[in-house]
Amino acid sequence: MNAVLQPLSCYHCGLPVPADASWHVAIDGVKRAMCCPGCEAVARTIVDIGQTSYYRERTGFAATADAADLVPPELRLYDSDPRFTVDERDEAEAVLLVEGIRCAACVWLIEHRLLGIAGVTAAGMNVATERLTVRWTSDVKLSDLLQALRSIGYTAFPYDAARHTEQLRKTGLTLGRQLFVAGLSMMQVMMYVAPAYLADDGTLDTEMAALMRWASLLLTLPAVVYSAQPFFAGALASLRARVPGMDVPVALGIAAAFLGSVVATWRGSGDVYFDSVTMFIFLLLASRYLELQARRRAAGALARMQHALPDSASRLSAWPARDTAVVPAAALVAGDHIAVRAGEAFAADGIIAEGHTSVDLALLTGESAPQPKGPGDSVPGGAVNTSAAVVLRVTKPVAGSTLSGLLKLVERAGAAKPRIAQWADRAASHFVLALLLFAIATFVAWCFIDPSRAWPAAIAVLVVSCPCALSLATPSALAAATGGLLSKGILVVQPHVLETLHRATHVVFDKTGTLTAGKPAVQSVSTVSGMDTNMAAQIAAALEAGSLHPLGRAIAAYAAELPRLVAWHADDLLELPGHGLEGTIAGQRYRLGNAGFAAVLAGGPPPESCPTDDATAVWLATQGRWLACFAIGDSLRPDARQTVEHFRAQGKQVVLLSGDRQALADRMARRLGIDSALGDCLPEHKLAYVQRLQAAGAVVAMVGDGINDAAVLSAADVSFAMGSGAALAQVHADTVLLHGQLRMIATTATTARATMRVIRQNLAWATVYNVIAIPAAAFGLLGPWLSGVGMAVSSAVVVVNALRLRAR
Amino acid sequence: MESLYLLVPLSIALVFGALWVFFKASDDGQFEDLEGPALRILHDADADLGKKNQP
Repeated sequence: MNAVLQPLSCYHCGLPVPADASWHVAIDGVKRAMCCPGCEAVARTIVDIGQTSYYRERTGFAATADAADLVPPELRLYDSDPRFTVDERDEAEAVLLVEGIRCAACVWLIEHRLLGIAGVTAAGMNVATERLTVRWTSDVKLSDLLQALRSIGYTAFPYDAARHTEQLRKTGLTLGRQLFVAGLSMMQVMMYVAPAYLADDGTLDTEMAALMRWASLLLTLPAVVYSAQPFFAGALASLRARVPGMDVPVALGIAAAFLGSVVATWRGSGDVYFDSVTMFIFLLLASRYLELQARRRAAGALARMQHALPDSASRLSAWPARDTAVVPAAALVAGDHIAVRAGEAFAADGIIAEGHTSVDLALLTGESAPQPKGPGDSVPGGAVNTSAAVVLRVTKPVAGSTLSGLLKLVERAGAAKPRIAQWADRAASHFVLALLLFAIATFVAWCFIDPSRAWPAAIAVLVVSCPCALSLATPSALAAATGGLLSKGILVVQPHVLETLHRATHVVFDKTGTLTAGKPAVQSVSTVSGMDTNMAAQIAAALEAGSLHPLGRAIAAYAAELPRLVAWHADDLLELPGHGLEGTIAGQRYRLGNAGFAAVLAGGPPPESCPTDDATAVWLATQGRWLACFAIGDSLRPDARQTVEHFRAQGKQVVLLSGDRQALADRMARRLGIDSALGDCLPEHKLAYVQRLQAAGAVVAMVGDGINDAAVLSAADVSFAMGSGAALAQVHADTVLLHGQLRMIATTATTARATMRVIRQNLAWATVYNVIAIPAAAFGLLGPWLSGVGMAVSSAVVVVNALRLRAR
Repeated sequence: MESLYLLVPLSIALVFGALWVFFKASDDGQFEDLEGPALRILHDADADLGKKNQP
């Protein structure tokens, strides 16, 4: 099927061949004329790589190839771009924006050409976004790939947030202008039409009526020619791709109503619909403008992230000497020291080598309060240094930083479409076909009944139907929900999350690091012989002040939360590893440690048992007296109970899988009110358990901490990972909780439910509207202008309904 | 009523004139920032004065 063959035009790009041209390429044994050396080179490449069938498959001409552009040297610059360095699997990945995509055959050609290059492991083209995701091994250079794309006539450049934002801005600007033009024509045309509507029969002169009609025609022209462009372009594109989209009936409606009115004006008899046409265009553009605004706001949270990493950094080349040199951030390597002033963002992941400051992680985690950081603390790139200048030792180059990992996840997230959106697209496409047939049927039927009403009825059917409400229903709701979640620190990586989470029957928690914080904390303090809890904690904290022992730090952290009475200070500190600490505070000897160690000072066995369920007991004693016992264990996350209860209230089965002993898992489950708990689970046991559930028909949501649970996370139907900086890059989860707050899972579930509700409402509204409006139009009950209002309002309802999700 | 034969074409010319002005303004970036210029007019000339006034 070759629809585009014409004599005297270039076989490749379709432009006329100059009379004196001598460029030819033999394709399938036939010599084909080419218009320029560029096209000749491109066509020859396509033949040489054995892709001649492209010419048989294509439904549109290829992009023109400018010969001068075939070998642009600046492409080589991308090879050293730090964004595209080879990762641990010896592969690099890039997202390219490809220009000049015309039809489905282009996609096929591009993917085949790239996969034909040895070393390219994956190539996937997304027509809607014009983005190409490609992976390659170290023996290929990115410039080779760009070159290969150029050689078949497509210009590609690495996907660049700035460029993309610029595109979005331009789209918004153009749409705004088109809206203005349509609005102005609409107002004027209505003024000219008003006399015809108001006048009684015979009071309006024929000449005057004709004048008004011609004036309306003239003012409708800009709306049809300029403002309606997106509809005509969209209709043309969707016809080329052989998937009739929602633009087809819109464009047909506009064209039919306008041309019918022009004919009526010319002849001086019949109805004119200029007011309907302009109003239709205006209202439809207005609902599109709303949609674009919603999409733009959803992209906003991401854009802010992308601008977070600074371009340059002050490197201290001979640290601890103070000489700084400004270098590009991309040139930083692990081990470099950089100076970060207050107010600046950290250029890369690293460890603070010098200085104390507080760090704002709001962008990465959504956590709004700045956190204190000192020497030895690690800081992710993109965080903002809020209080004082510090020196940072870089641990990872910029390309490997937490933020870059995040951005890659987000980009991958944008590539796929959830099933429900695909379904809606397919449904809308069938709907359009059915609608076109119905409009024709309506026209034919009215021709028999009353020919004068055939044309208006057919136009009303085309105009009133709203496949766009149908195909906007899902994506607008999903975009609004995902954007809203991202601003709360929930990164939805896979598109199906909201849909699947809503259907989930089982919620499976991994214990360590998920329901619990994963580090020891004081669970309870029991005091002996009238000792004050607060005082005991302060004394213990004073003893542990210099200790790096995790139990000691847990006590210090616990005491720091309590109101401080006196600033205690311990002298003569003595530390016995494995036993505890001894020291003097205000002239009195204290011992803090295990029971046996403290008993030596207290003289005698502990007075009562410490409530040490699954915790370690740490005793505090002084000369001849027991003072207190600290039970220290892996503490529950503060929001664990609330989250579990949320899911139980929803009627979902909550399961605890743990690598700990069964008894511990049971106790934890009891504390949280979880029905079933499984201890002694190795990763493969967890995997087997989840697969058993799935085999029994369950839809499993799994919450893990991302590193050791990779297998079970990817097996679960929908998975959540607690996002801690280091784990992020290896995450196999569908959703990353950037702050590591457990209750965000409940938030996501609530949003998922709300999203599904909005989608159902939208689809229901679109269906009900169409079911009522289309027959009404077919029976001639709706004039074209009422149809226009109905159509645009029905789209606006869908978009505005979806926008409500953002406010949640 | 005859005056309409003059007024209607005039109104059409007016609309096209308005469109022309709108496009020109849009090309010049009039609608890029709707708040900034109104604020800037307060600052422009005073930039040096501000420095002088500071102790």
